[in-house]
Amino acid sequence: MKRRTKLAALLLAALLPCLGAPVFAAEETGEAVPLTGEKIYVYNWGEYIADGTDGSLDVNAEFTRRTGIEVDYSTFDTNESLYSKLVSGGASYDVIIPSDYMVSRMINEGMLEKLDFANIPNFEYIDEEYRGMSYDPTNEYSVPYTWGLVGIFYNKQYVTEEIDSWDILWNEKYAGKILMFDNPRDAFGIAQKRLGFSFNSTDEDEWIQAAVLLKEQKPLLQMYVMDQIFDKMESGEAWLAPYYAGDAAVLVESNEDIGFVIPTEQGTNFFVDAMCIPKGCRNKSGAEAYINFLCDPEIAAANMEYIGYSTPETAARELLPEEITSNPIYYPPQEVIDNAEVFVDLPQETSLQLDALWAEVKMGGPGDSLTLVLTLAGFLLLYLGIVVYKKAKRRREL
Amino acid sequence: MKSKAVSAPYLVWMAIFIIVPMLLVAYFAFTDANGAFTLENIARVGQYSNVFLRSIWLAAISTAVSLLLGYPVAYIIAHSSVKRQSALIMLIMLPMWMNFLLRTYAWMTLLEDSGFINSFLTSLGLPAFHMINTQGAVVLGMVYDYIPFMILPLYSVMSKLDPSVVEAAQDLGADGRRVFLRVTLPLSMPGVISGVTMVFVPSVSTFIISKMLGGGGNLMIGDLIDMQFLGTAYNPNLGSAISLVLMVLILICMGIMNEFDDGESQGGGMLL
Repeated sequence: MKRRTKLAALLLAALLPCLGAPVFAAEETGEAVPLTGEKIYVYNWGEYIADGTDGSLDVNAEFTRRTGIEVDYSTFDTNESLYSKLVSGGASYDVIIPSDYMVSRMINEGMLEKLDFANIPNFEYIDEEYRGMSYDPTNEYSVPYTWGLVGIFYNKQYVTEEIDSWDILWNEKYAGKILMFDNPRDAFGIAQKRLGFSFNSTDEDEWIQAAVLLKEQKPLLQMYVMDQIFDKMESGEAWLAPYYAGDAAVLVESNEDIGFVIPTEQGTNFFVDAMCIPKGCRNKSGAEAYINFLCDPEIAAANMEYIGYSTPETAARELLPEEITSNPIYYPPQEVIDNAEVFVDLPQETSLQLDALWAEVKMGGPGDSLTLVLTLAGFLLLYLGIVVYKKAKRRREL
Repeated sequence: MKSKAVSAPYLVWMAIFIIVPMLLVAYFAFTDANGAFTLENIARVGQYSNVFLRSIWLAAISTAVSLLLGYPVAYIIAHSSVKRQSALIMLIMLPMWMNFLLRTYAWMTLLEDSGFINSFLTSLGLPAFHMINTQGAVVLGMVYDYIPFMILPLYSVMSKLDPSVVEAAQDLGADGRRVFLRVTLPLSMPGVISGVTMVFVPSVSTFIISKMLGGGGNLMIGDLIDMQFLGTAYNPNLGSAISLVLMVLILICMGIMNEFDDGESQGGGMLL
């Protein structure tokens, strides 16, 4: 979802699997703990942890060095793929890091273990406002990892007017140069905020209105994208794109013409990615040690500095460089956060409606059964026609 | 008896990885989230008729283009010297050494409004074309990715074609056009059939090409199925139902292809 999984890099990584040898962080003092033979399986977003490149801290290697527990680390690219992998029972992980609405869905479906906070003393560093959020009101199942807001990236060369609302994504002046989220929750979210609705509405009519708005927008769009936004915006192929603030680290710094703005009036999405332990984990104490380790302010600061998202710990924030913490992209003023809304899991019915509407938006209109039946019948008739014709021909030849 | 024992591993493999999954797809298609029997999923497939029509149409065009481009290439390769043949076949295979996602990704950069081709055109003072995110781009991507599957079966049939048959036709006074229409083309029909099948089937169910080159607005069946399994609703039942309808469609198409194959190989048999 909110990851800069560069496709090319991904493919390269797939081609060269042996290059991922661990780089041991030499700068930390203290003896390395010998390997205990224990292992934990961590499942996280792609490009969402400091891995030792560009002089950053190799978080997983450092964890192994301090605790002697090995980390088997793998990544996913959408909340939904994480969910379908867990629900089909195909794999077991010890630590997963889904986003807010997926956390609440997993809690509702009994897919998460309750955490033993006695094993996670560093939870004390998590700021009060990030505890017990709407997706996990009693805060028994999750520990926030990062947070951020959705805003609009724009190319200052071509978009000179002041952007103060989502309306600009419907502006015909920029037809063909606008990108849009290629996932239903985020795409509908923008339409909903434009209409003044809640993301978590269960009113059928509100979702339909949002779909109408998205259909209006479709002819103006260049493309529905996720991570391709980086290429499209950097090269100037696209001028306007809504995306996650954490990725500004990459985008704004790679091309100084690119600006980022959060439409404060209409409100935006405030997202939290949180660490959880799924049911069926094999090493719960190891998993809790890992979560505790990631909450250590020093580790969190080193980690956030690399991935570019915002930390829910004041203690970690104080360790970050001034130019990051004073940047309103990463740490916006409180009133912006107050006006933003968090995604919560939708009831099954609304989810189904959302999927059907999303398909309709992308298809350009609803289809009907008759056409499909006629098409299939047409093919079948053609087939039967040929068979009959050939039989008749053979009989004639005889 | 012996030959049966040798094929046992494959039969087991097929049972576990092809038959069982197909049964599972059928099971999911006819049940709801709680496992109760329902026809609702199949009924709901109807609302996606546009997507089916678009997929069939684009796949048909890609197959036709691949055939038109691939046939002469296969013919030329089959009629060059043996040493050249292997080199040429290797050139056809060469792009397949690279991951197909990467190749599609490369096309994206080529076709963009500010991409390589358009920059080149504008630098020559020519007007730029809008190519990316159109159906044409999707067809181009499919032809590019699947054309080796057309050329290879055509080539293998043509290279085994006995030249004495062609010579006999020539001796009997047929001109070049007639030799081709009455001898070469009918005898290469099995290659055409398997080529068409091997291009049409993956084209009609492709998903990543339409996503990358079609801008996500040219939804195809594959994208739709992908959405059902990885979408917000996680609806494997509907996804299975769509897959099932797609399978029926492909089966019918393959049946039609087979009919052509039978007739022509009989004709070929008579010729020989």
